Amino acid sequence: MSETGSDIRSTATPAAAAPVSALWRLRPYLRPYRLQLLSMLMAALGAEAAAIAIPLLTKSIIDGAITHHDKRLLLPLGLAAAGLGIAEAALSLIRRWVQGSAVAGMEKTLRDDLYAHLQNLEPAFHDGWQSGQLLSRATSDLSSIRRFAGFGLVFLIITVTTFTAVAVLLIRLNWWMGLAASCMVAPVVVFCLRFERRYKILARRVQDQEGDLATLIEEGATGVRVLKALGRAPEAAATHAAQATQMYTTKVSMARLLGSFWSMLDLIPNAAIALILVLGALAVSRHALTIGGLVAFITLALQLVWPIEALGYILASGEEAATAAQRVLEILDTKPSITSVPASTANPPDHGPQRNVPAARSQPPPSQAASPARWGQLSFEAVEFRYPGSAEPVLRDVTLTVARGETLVITGATGSGKTTLLQLVPRLADVTGGRVLIGGRDVRDIPLPELRTLVGFGFEEATLFSASVRENVMFGAPDATAAQVEAALTAAQARFAYDLPWGLDTRIGEQGMALSGGQRQRVALARAILARPQVLVLDDPLSALDVHTEERVTRALGEVLAGTTALVVAHRPSTVALADRVALLDGGVIAAVGTHRELLATQPKYASLMTMEEVAR
Amino acid sequence: MTGEAAPQPAGLQWRGIAAEKVDDVSAPLAALLRRRSRGLLTDLLRPHKRGVMTTAAAIVVASLAALAGPWLVGVAIDQGIPPITSSGDAGPLTWIAAAFAVTVAVQAVATRSFVTMTGRVGQAVVLELRRRVFWHMQALSVAFHESYTSGRVISRQTSDIEAISALFEEGLDSLISAVLTLLLVGTGMLLLDWRLAVVVLAAFVPLTLLAGWFRNHSAIAYRRIREANSLVIVHFVETFGGLRAVQAFRREHRNEEIFDELSGEYAKASAWSSRLNAVFASGISLVANVVIATVLVYGGVLVIDGSMKVGVLASFLLYLQRFFDPLQDVSQFYNSFQGAASALEKLSGILEEDPSVPEPAAPLALPAAAPPAPAIPRSAASPALAAPPAPSSRTPATTLPPPAAATSSALPSFGRRVRFESVRFGYRPGGSGGSSPREGTAAVVLPDFSLDIAAGQTVALVGETGAGKTTVARLMARFYDPLAGRVTLDGVDLRDLPNAVLRREVVLLTQESFLFEGTVADNIRLGRPAASDAEVAQAARAIGAHEFIAALPLEYQTPVGKRGGRLSAGQRQLISFARAFIAAPAVLVLDEATALLDIPSERLVQAALRTVLTGRTAVIIAHRLSTVAIADRVLVLRAGEIIEDGAPADLLGGDGEYADLHARWAASLV
Ligand SMILES: Nc1ncnc2c1ncn2[C@@H]1O[C@H](COP(=O)(O)OP(=O)(O)OP(=O)(O)O)[C@@H](O)[C@H]1O
Ligand SMILES: Nc1ncnc2c1ncn2[C@@H]1O[C@H](COP(=O)(O)OP(=O)(O)OP(=O)(O)O)[C@@H](O)[C@H]1O
Ligand SMILES: [Mg+2]
Ligand SMILES: [Mg+2]
Repeated sequence: MSETGSDIRSTATPAAAAPVSALWRLRPYLRPYRLQLLSMLMAALGAEAAAIAIPLLTKSIIDGAITHHDKRLLLPLGLAAAGLGIAEAALSLIRRWVQGSAVAGMEKTLRDDLYAHLQNLEPAFHDGWQSGQLLSRATSDLSSIRRFAGFGLVFLIITVTTFTAVAVLLIRLNWWMGLAASCMVAPVVVFCLRFERRYKILARRVQDQEGDLATLIEEGATGVRVLKALGRAPEAAATHAAQATQMYTTKVSMARLLGSFWSMLDLIPNAAIALILVLGALAVSRHALTIGGLVAFITLALQLVWPIEALGYILASGEEAATAAQRVLEILDTKPSITSVPASTANPPDHGPQRNVPAARSQPPPSQAASPARWGQLSFEAVEFRYPGSAEPVLRDVTLTVARGETLVITGATGSGKTTLLQLVPRLADVTGGRVLIGGRDVRDIPLPELRTLVGFGFEEATLFSASVRENVMFGAPDATAAQVEAALTAAQARFAYDLPWGLDTRIGEQGMALSGGQRQRVALARAILARPQVLVLDDPLSALDVHTEERVTRALGEVLAGTTALVVAHRPSTVALADRVALLDGGVIAAVGTHRELLATQPKYASLMTMEEVAR
Repeated sequence: MTGEAAPQPAGLQWRGIAAEKVDDVSAPLAALLRRRSRGLLTDLLRPHKRGVMTTAAAIVVASLAALAGPWLVGVAIDQGIPPITSSGDAGPLTWIAAAFAVTVAVQAVATRSFVTMTGRVGQAVVLELRRRVFWHMQALSVAFHESYTSGRVISRQTSDIEAISALFEEGLDSLISAVLTLLLVGTGMLLLDWRLAVVVLAAFVPLTLLAGWFRNHSAIAYRRIREANSLVIVHFVETFGGLRAVQAFRREHRNEEIFDELSGEYAKASAWSSRLNAVFASGISLVANVVIATVLVYGGVLVIDGSMKVGVLASFLLYLQRFFDPLQDVSQFYNSFQGAASALEKLSGILEEDPSVPEPAAPLALPAAAPPAPAIPRSAASPALAAPPAPSSRTPATTLPPPAAATSSALPSFGRRVRFESVRFGYRPGGSGGSSPREGTAAVVLPDFSLDIAAGQTVALVGETGAGKTTVARLMARFYDPLAGRVTLDGVDLRDLPNAVLRREVVLLTQESFLFEGTVADNIRLGRPAASDAEVAQAARAIGAHEFIAALPLEYQTPVGKRGGRLSAGQRQLISFARAFIAAPAVLVLDEATALLDIPSERLVQAALRTVLTGRTAVIIAHRLSTVAIADRVLVLRAGEIIEDGAPADLLGGDGEYADLHARWAASLV
C-alpha cells in the first residue's frame, strides 16, 4: 500500500483529526459564495416544489375541468401547468448555472492558496514530500472537494428536507403507518455509519495511492533520459504497473463496498414499502383505513425511496471530499519554518554607506549599530547545521567572515557541506545554531524579499525553466533593461544566446535541456549576476565549462566581483583563481583560511584536494 | 484557432497529438477524433466482453426489478385488497407481497453485482490504459518529450485518466436503465393512445437538436478544460521542480500571478462547461414539462370530445412522468461521457504518436562479440592499478562472491566497434518566441561527422562547450536518429537493433545525474536490476562511493529523497557512476561524469575506470583533461567537426588545439 507515502506525512504534520471536520474547516472558502449557495438552495427547493405542484395541478385539471367537460377552463389551466413547468426548468437552470461558477471559483481560490502556501514552504519541506503527493492534492483532491461542494452539499440538504417533509406528511396522514415508515431511518443510519467507517479508509488509501502513482509518472517523465540511457523503461513500467494495480485493487474494493451499500439503500425503503402495503391491507380489511387513504399513503411513501438512494451517492462523494480535505489541510496546516520578519518590525533597509541609517528608531538592535561599516559584509558566527533526522550535524562550528568586496572561495571534499553552507545565506535553510550575518544583521532579521534581493545565488546544477533565455536571465530582476541583460550575458560568456534561432526569445526547453550543459551553466550564471547583488553566492559555477571558456568567465567574473562580496564554491584550482582568499571546509568546520599558495604549502589536506600529481606531469 | 485552415484528405496531419491545442475543431476532424477515441475504447473493452455482457445483464435485471416494484404496488391495490375487504381472502395479497419481496431482493442483488462489476471492468480498463500510456510514453523519443514537456505527460496520465475513470464510477447504470425505461414506457404509451404518443415522440425533435448542440459545444468546452488543466499541471510541476531557484530569486509573487491566471483559465473553462450542462439539463426539463402540459390540454380536448376516457389520460400522464425522469440521468451521464471523451481524444492521440526513434521492423542480430583487438595499446591499464577490489578482478583475493559485476560471465564483453558514417544531425528548433526563427531550418549541430572507434578503444572527446560532444553521445545511445548518414555498432545500423539489445550493449551516463525516489541501492541497481547486494556494494566500493554510503543512516538502504536531494551533488554523481559501472556494457559513454567531484574522488573514479574499461569500448567526454590520461585516443571537437584526432602523447607533442588546451589546463593546476 502507500503507507510509505502517507504515514510519514501524518507523523510529520498535525493531521486533521477527522476527515469530516477537515472538510468543515474549509468552509471559509465557500463564504464568498454564500449568496450564490443560498440562491442555489432556494432555486433547488423552488424547482422541487414546482415539480411536486405539477402533478397536483394535473390532478385538479383532470378532476375538475376535464371531468366537468369545461373546455374554457382547460386552456388557462393547461397554460398554468406549462408555466409551472417552465418555472421549474428556469429554476433548475439558475441552480446549475450559479453552482458551476461558484464551485469553480471556490476550487480556484483553494488551489491558488495551496500553490502560494507551497511556494512559501521551505525547500526542506519539499525534499521530504513526494512530488506526486503534492500534485495529486492540488488536482484530484481539489476536484473531489469541488464536486461535493457543488452538488453534494445542496443535495444533502434537499434530500434531508424532502425526507423530513414526506415523513411529516405521512405521519399526519396516518400516524402509526407514518411512524412505521419513518422507522426505516434507523437501519439506514446504521448502514451509513458502518459504510462511512469503511469507506473513509478506502477513500484515503486511494488518494494516497494516486499520489504515489503520480510520483512514479512524474519520475518516468522527468527521468526519461536516464531510463532510456540505461534501458530501464521495462523496469520503470513494471513498477508503475505494480503501483497502478494496487490502486486498481483499492478501487475494486471501493466498488464492492459501494455495491453492497447501495443495494442496502435500495432494499431498505422498498422493504419498508412492502411492509406498509401488507400492514395497510390488513388495516383496510379491518376497516381502520379506507382504500383511498392507503393509495394516497403509498404513493406518498414511494417519495421516500429516492432521497435514501441519493443519500448513498452523496455520502460517498462527501466521504471522498472529506478525506481529500484532510490531505489538503495536511499541507495548509504546515507552517513555514522559514518566515520573514514583518517589514515593520524589521531593521530599516540598509542601502549602503552613503545613506545614513535613520536614527529615528528608539532602540536599534545591537547588530545594527555598526552597519555602515559592515555594509555588504558576510559573516558566519559559530554556525551549526543539522539536517532534520540526522544524528550528526553537517556544519559544526563554522566561523568565517567575507569582507565587503572580497571574493572568498570555499573548497572541501565531496559531501563536506559546502552547498549546505551556501544555502544558509539566502535562507533556503536556517541555521540550527549560531548565526549568519549580512552587513552586521542576522539574516533572520532581514525581511525575506529584501534578503533575497541582497543575495544573488548560482546553483551547482543550473535550475532553468522552460521559458525564453531572456525570461530565464531576468528571472530575479524582471525590471532589468536590455543593456543590463546584455552586460550580464557578456560577463557570463553567454553571448551565444544571441545566435540562437530566435535570439534571446528562443525557448530553452524544460530545465533548459535544449542547451548544452555549459550553456545552461552560463545562462544561470548570468541570471545570478544580473541584479548586481551585494552578496553573490556561487556554487561551483564553472564545473561544466571547458578550459578556454572557464578562463574567459573567470576573467570577466573577476570584474563583476570587484565590488561584490562573493562566496564561491570550487573544486578546481582554476576556479580558485577567482579568490582573494580560500577557505577549506573539513569536518564541519573551517579548517584553514588563506591564499591558495599559503594553503597549498601549509595544509596537506588542501594540497591533496587541489593537486592532481598523477596527471599534471 | 480552427481546424478550417487544414486541407485534410485523410486527416494525416492530425495524427497523434497534432490536434491537441485546437479546441474548436472542424467537423471532419471532430469525426476523426471521435473515431479514434472510439477505436481505443473498443480495443480496451474487448478483453472484457463477458464482463460487459454480465454487467449489462445485471443492470437490465436491476432496472426491471426496480420498475416492477411500483407496478406491483398498483396490482396489490387493485387486486390484492378488494378480496380482503369483500371476503377476507388474504391469498392474492400474500402472493403479491411475496412477489414484491422477491423483486426487492432481486433488485438488491442485481444492484450490488452490477456496481461491483462496473467497478471491476471499468478499473481494469483504466489500469490497462494507464499501462499502455506509461509504456508508450517511455517508448516515445527524447525529442517528443522535449517538445511535449513532462507536465503534459503527467497531466495526461493523471487528470485525463481520472476523467475516464470517473465515467465508469458514475452513471453507467443510469444510461442502461433509462434506455430500458424509455422503451418500456414508450411502448406502454403507444399502446394506450397513439395520438398522445405522437405528441410525445414529437418532443424528440427538439431533444435531438438540443443534444447535438450540447455535444458540439461541450466537446469544445471539455477540450478547453483538459488543455487548461494540463497547463496548470505544467506550471505546478515546473515551479516545485525548481523551488530553490524560485525562492532565491523571489519569483513567488510573479509565479502566483501566472498560476492565478492559469487556474483562472481552468476555472473559467469548467464553469463554462457546467453552464452548458445547465442549459442542456434544464432544456430537457423544459421540453418534458411543455410536453406534459400539451398532452394535458390535447388529451383534455380529446376526453371532452368523447374520443378518449379520463382513465386513459390519467395513466398516460403517469407514464409520461416516468418517461421523462430518466432523461435527466441520461443528460448527467452524457456530460461525464463528454468529459471522458475529450480525455480519451488526447490519450488516443498520444498512443497514436509514433516513436520518431522506432524499433526496427526487421531487427538484425549483432555479430558475436570479438576478442579485443590486440593492436590497441593500453598503456594506462597497468596491472598495479587493478589492486583495489575492482569488479573485474577475478583474483581469489576478492572477498566478495564471484562473479564480479563488471565482467559478468553472462556477457563476455570485449567491446564493440562504433562508427559514425557521414552523420548529419541537428535538433528541431524548439518552441518559439516569435513566428519564425532567424533561419528557417533546424540549426545543424553535426554537419558531416565521421568517426571510427575500434572495439575496446577508449576515446576522449574534448572541445568547447556547445561543440556537440553531448550530441555525439546521444546519437551513440540512439536518443535521436541522424538526419543523414548512419551510426553503426559492429557494422549494424543502430536503427536495425532492437531496443533491448541496444540498451544492453550501449550505456550512456548523461551529463545530468538523475536519481529516483528510493534507496541508494535501488538507484545503483538501476544499472543492472539483477545485481545482488554484494555486487552493488562492490561497485560502490570500486568507484570510492562506499565510504560515504556507509556513513549514511541506513547505508545502502537510505532513501535518497526526491531527485536524490538527501545527497550532495558529487554524491549523486557517484551514484550515477556506480550505475554505469555495474551495468558494464560493451560500449560505455560517459558525459562529464566527474565534473562535480572533488579531485581525490575523481582520481578514484579514474582508477576504477582503468580496470572497468579494459576490453570495452568507451567514449569519455570531459573538460578536465585529467580524464584524458586514460584514453587511447583524443578527439578535439569544434562546432561539430573533429579538428584533431590522435593518441594523447602525439597530440601533446604538436602545437595544435589539444596541446594548447593541455598547457592551459596544466598551468591552471598550480
Ligand atoms: N536533505 C538532507 N538530509 C540529510 N542529509 C543531507 C541532506 N542534504 C545533504 N545531506 C548530507 O549533507 C552532507 C553535505 O551535503 P552538501 O550538499 O552540502 O555537500 P557539498 O559539500 O556541497 O558536496 P558536493 O561537492 O558534492 O556538492 C552530505 O554528506 C549529504 O549527504
Ligand atoms: N535538445 C536540444 N534542442 C535543441 N538544441 C540543442 C539541444 N541540445 C543541444 N542543443 C544545441 O546543440 C549544440 C551542441 O550541444 P551539445 O550539448 O552537444 O554541446 P556539448 O559539446 O556537449 O557542450 P557542453 O560541453 O556545454 O556540454 C548547442 O549549441 C546546443 O545549444
Ligand atoms: Mg554541493
Ligand atoms: Mg555536453
